[in-house]
Amino acid sequence: MSGSSEDVRPVESSIKPPVYLHIGDTEALSGVCVVDVTLPFGKTVNIDEISFKNHYTASVSVRLLRTAPEQEAPAKWVTAVRDLPLMENPHTEGGSQDYCCIHRTQMQVDPDHVISVRLILRQPSSTWLSFSLEDIRIFPHSEPDPEKEVSDWLSDLTLVDQNTDLEGLPDPQTVSSSLQQMWALTEVMQSNQTTASIGRFDVDGCYDINLLSLT
Amino acid sequence: MDEGSELSLTIAQIVQRLKGSHLHSQIERQAKECLHQPEIKLESLKEDVRSFLKTSGWERQLQNAVYRELHVQLPPSHPVAPPEHLKEPLAYMRKAQASWEKRVLKSLNSMSTELGVPLARMRPAAEQKELSNKWNEMGTDEPDLTSFRPVYAPKDFLEVLISLRNPNHDSRVDVGVRSHWGLIQIPLNVRDIPQLRQAYSELNLTSGQLGIDDHAHIHPDLFENEYVQIGKKVVLEQDSAAAQQYSRQGCPTGLRADLWALILNSTNQPQDVMYYEQLTAGVIQHDLLVDNLIYKDVKLTASNDDYYFVFEDFLYQVLLCFSRDTAVLEHFKYNSATPPKSFIQGKGEDEECAVVYPPNGVIPFHGFSMYVAPLCFLYNEPSKLYSVFREMYSRYFFRLHSISSSPSGIVSLCLQFERLLQTHLPQLFYHLRHIGAQPLRIAFKWMVRAFSGYLSTDQLLLLWDRILGYDSLEVVAVLAAAVFAFRAENLMEVTSLASAEAVLADLSTLKVMPLIQIFLFATAI
Repeated sequence: MSGSSEDVRPVESSIKPPVYLHIGDTEALSGVCVVDVTLPFGKTVNIDEISFKNHYTASVSVRLLRTAPEQEAPAKWVTAVRDLPLMENPHTEGGSQDYCCIHRTQMQVDPDHVISVRLILRQPSSTWLSFSLEDIRIFPHSEPDPEKEVSDWLSDLTLVDQNTDLEGLPDPQTVSSSLQQMWALTEVMQSNQTTASIGRFDVDGCYDINLLSLT
Repeated sequence: MDEGSELSLTIAQIVQRLKGSHLHSQIERQAKECLHQPEIKLESLKEDVRSFLKTSGWERQLQNAVYRELHVQLPPSHPVAPPEHLKEPLAYMRKAQASWEKRVLKSLNSMSTELGVPLARMRPAAEQKELSNKWNEMGTDEPDLTSFRPVYAPKDFLEVLISLRNPNHDSRVDVGVRSHWGLIQIPLNVRDIPQLRQAYSELNLTSGQLGIDDHAHIHPDLFENEYVQIGKKVVLEQDSAAAQQYSRQGCPTGLRADLWALILNSTNQPQDVMYYEQLTAGVIQHDLLVDNLIYKDVKLTASNDDYYFVFEDFLYQVLLCFSRDTAVLEHFKYNSATPPKSFIQGKGEDEECAVVYPPNGVIPFHGFSMYVAPLCFLYNEPSKLYSVFREMYSRYFFRLHSISSSPSGIVSLCLQFERLLQTHLPQLFYHLRHIGAQPLRIAFKWMVRAFSGYLSTDQLLLLWDRILGYDSLEVVAVLAAAVFAFRAENLMEVTSLASAEAVLADLSTLKVMPLIQIFLFATAI
């Protein structure tokens, strides 16, 4: 689980329509589909995780097109994930509509300097009419900020002007200490919140209700 | 998510749920009071308090509470997954459940308007007093219930399940190896006999079972006496997990009440009795339309049953209180169903002023009282009976009347029944299908009630021992298939649905454990 997926926005990428592979010239589907996700031209990304919603795909493989910015070598395709099962049994419903994500720790190679992602979907069962992945998002990886030294903090603060006119205003020390106490109280109250319900079903003794809502 | 963070998430969720519970405050109080004791030393305070809680049995109670939470906890899910996905992951099932619920609500609304009976009303003081006096003998009341009809019967629900379709399912191929002869057309993953043999290994032919090896002509020293001794130890230890494991081979009659209460972590402490009293006050204050449905259901089913008519008064008390219990709303987190809602008259339709109706969110259907009736044989104190029933409903019975993809859900049970029959009794299935007697049409009513009212009570309780022991309703589907296997010869002779029903009308002489054991472990694969 990516702890920072709420504040990290997914990378803008264009997802090409899925390409269903056929065998030779036949119409019959082979149960393999390829989805290409490309990043805006010129941008590379270090991937933190890829998340999506499954729609009847049995297993997925992920291939990455990586550049090596230090060397002058051309971009290379590597396999990051091979045949990750999404449905425990391709013929039955288990896992067919689940939300999934693939974290960089589950990948066989480091997903850094990636310009394109190719998802290879497999669904060998003929039970299903179609299969795909929905809502594919790629989240970038950000290096955590190095811990700042305490002295850095102090030097960042600007000096308070000692001669500020404080007439008529309460003493900042007492204000800040009472604020701190209030904050501590709210923390204690929040941490003591229970999940126990109150138990009453009526509203102030009244339970005369309209007909049941059908929406 | 890796295992480590999954575990810490689970622990955090359980801690959050147990915080502020009565057990939490009791343990805190005990820990404070034990500080007076001489053996608690300041240097090793933490360890000493911990070992005190262990020896006084409080740690065991906490373990049982955690074990209970694990039973009802949702599996860890993706943060993006919306709550309805946690209730039921398949979109088409959610839709089917929602439209079924709408039908039921419409039916209840029209009953209210047609009969001129409000959904809820406050009882006048005189009526409240009268009901309070009559509380223990509500069965003597003979209100006019002719105009009330049950909101739905199991066969209506069966039609909905039969019409369930996955829009992404390729159903063009209808003959061949893969074809399914039954009525349920949803490809859920259900277990077949080889997998069931592994999962239910305690039921195999070489293990002793209550229901088989406690028979009169088998000497009790061979199995029964020792098994009962082990059971007594389990009850003494007050360990939920051990009780659940023990129950797999059956519970001795004398210990069953305690063992089931342990497995369900159902206590009967003063605060539970007080809570029950609060519910009875709720019944006395307000009269609900669903109360009439409950009365009618008890009169039609349990009161007509030779085994259960004596418990009529208990059933009213338990079911009426059950309808008022808002704690039941908790189970909707993992139930695909949604509680019906309405608004207080005159307060507008602001979402924040919505109330749930009935207060527990469960609308009873025809046969609902049969979920409670067998428990009356085990518990004679109403608050204890209530507590055990509520937990059994919140863990198992709700799955029998809501549409979901859960392996214990009624859809999976129906499919499993049909698959077992088609795989292991294909000639019988083909014959019945040919004469227009689809097996599920006969077996559905048994499974929806978990066989309550169809088996004799001692056999039913042996079956419910295994439901609790294995924490799954699968054994109900297995028994249904085993019954068909047992009566296969007679069924091959019949030529109509009516005569097939007649062959399977009376199950009161069946012994469930031999049937299940033979079907699972003696069927040739």
